[in-house]
Amino acid sequence: MQVISLPASLDQQAVDDVLDRISRAGEARCLLDARHVRWVDPNGMVALLLGGAVARDRQGALSRLELPESADVLGYLSRMGFFREAQGVFEFDDRVPRRGTGPSDVLLEITPVRANADVHTVVDRVQGRAGAILSSKLGYPASAVVQFSVILSEVCQNIIEHAEAPGWVAAQSYNWARRLGRWVVVISVMDLGRGFRGSLADEHAARYGDRWSDATALEAAFLHGLTRFPDSGRGQGIQQIRRQVQRWNGAITIRSGSARIGQVPEWDDTPPLTEGLEPLPGSQISIVLPARNGGQG
Amino acid sequence: MTDLPLDPIAIDVGHLVQRTVASLYSHLVTRPTGRAVRMAIETQLAELGERSLSLIDLSEVRVLDFSCADEVVAKLVQRYAGESHTQAYFVFRGVLELHRDQIQVALERHRLAAVAETAPGRFELLGVRSDGESRAFAVLEERGLIAREEMAELFPDEAVRQGLDLLVARRLVFPSPITGRYHALSRLVAHLM
Repeated sequence: MQVISLPASLDQQAVDDVLDRISRAGEARCLLDARHVRWVDPNGMVALLLGGAVARDRQGALSRLELPESADVLGYLSRMGFFREAQGVFEFDDRVPRRGTGPSDVLLEITPVRANADVHTVVDRVQGRAGAILSSKLGYPASAVVQFSVILSEVCQNIIEHAEAPGWVAAQSYNWARRLGRWVVVISVMDLGRGFRGSLADEHAARYGDRWSDATALEAAFLHGLTRFPDSGRGQGIQQIRRQVQRWNGAITIRSGSARIGQVPEWDDTPPLTEGLEPLPGSQISIVLPARNGGQG
Repeated sequence: MTDLPLDPIAIDVGHLVQRTVASLYSHLVTRPTGRAVRMAIETQLAELGERSLSLIDLSEVRVLDFSCADEVVAKLVQRYAGESHTQAYFVFRGVLELHRDQIQVALERHRLAAVAETAPGRFELLGVRSDGESRAFAVLEERGLIAREEMAELFPDEAVRQGLDLLVARRLVFPSPITGRYHALSRLVAHLM
């Protein structure tokens, strides 16, 4: 059994390394050791589900997940709906805390995305909560909830239209006091599908010749709006998400296969393009929206 | 005597969305939803005969994503722009700041234009348009109606006259087949608002 120790802070900065280690495990059964996890964000949670599903599909058996020792982390995972989604992905002890029935501080709990109805569910769910958080914590105008919903809708549709496989979305707000000195909203969307390279290959690979790769496929979609559909109205989703994220001085990165591409502002040191990651199915999108100056924090 | 062989109708998109996706909300999101709403609109238009003017009302739509802007606005306009046996005219109502960007982007991708109410009582051309078209639209929008004999005075600039001809060809202005007068679409749907 391959033991994979998870870092104390399971967030976007740790995700690639965790996913790479799971990918390298190949057909060996995995034990994901989360006992020392002290902090987890939507990217960490959704990546854990994705990694577990990848391992399950390769190994034909459920990986073992050792739960965090921290009661706070366990409670938070429970409130985010992690354990509901982890059924069928991991084998884990049943000592998970039950989800409370009172008001929740969660912006968007982990939500599976398999069909268009799920996108409607996501957009419906965030209307009240997102509006309050975007205005009170991030200092965005009241109308920002609409653009925020459009972002969620487009990233979730990316799963349905291009991945042709299930995925998950989650979002939460945090006070990045040490890292940025401001509140942020983190959105994570990941799927198990065929990735950008697979989606675009039939239509565009020949034109790129030997240069065709995960990185060039990401550049084609992310920077140039290419899509597998001949319809000129297609391919706008990612482009317009990029534009809106830039307007809010936010960061967006997409990993697909062995590459990650990003558009990040001055406060984020993520490189614009990373290659040489371990091959992974699907695509993994992370968006961070920071508070405006004057927002809470 | 009226010179308008038109009976404009209003189509409430918010209502169509609720009927299409059985949602309590009026969020126009996802391409299949947009496609279903467009097809519902087209079904209504098919009953109107060869010449129609529709006020497509987005006022009750809270969230409009880019996919739906493409399906409900751009593809609707595109479909009828290319038809010679039917003349379908559209005015999009309730295109406030929340929806404007999505609709503008969708129209631009197809090199189309549409008449839209962008603030209460204010109508604009969105999408791709020339300077001549914009100027002709502004004059007609201000006056509501222009007779042929007023053309030389109102449009001394050849480029603007050509702009008006293009607006007619793109079905963004209604030319009366009876009197030849040009009507601003916004005035023809005013009674529906």
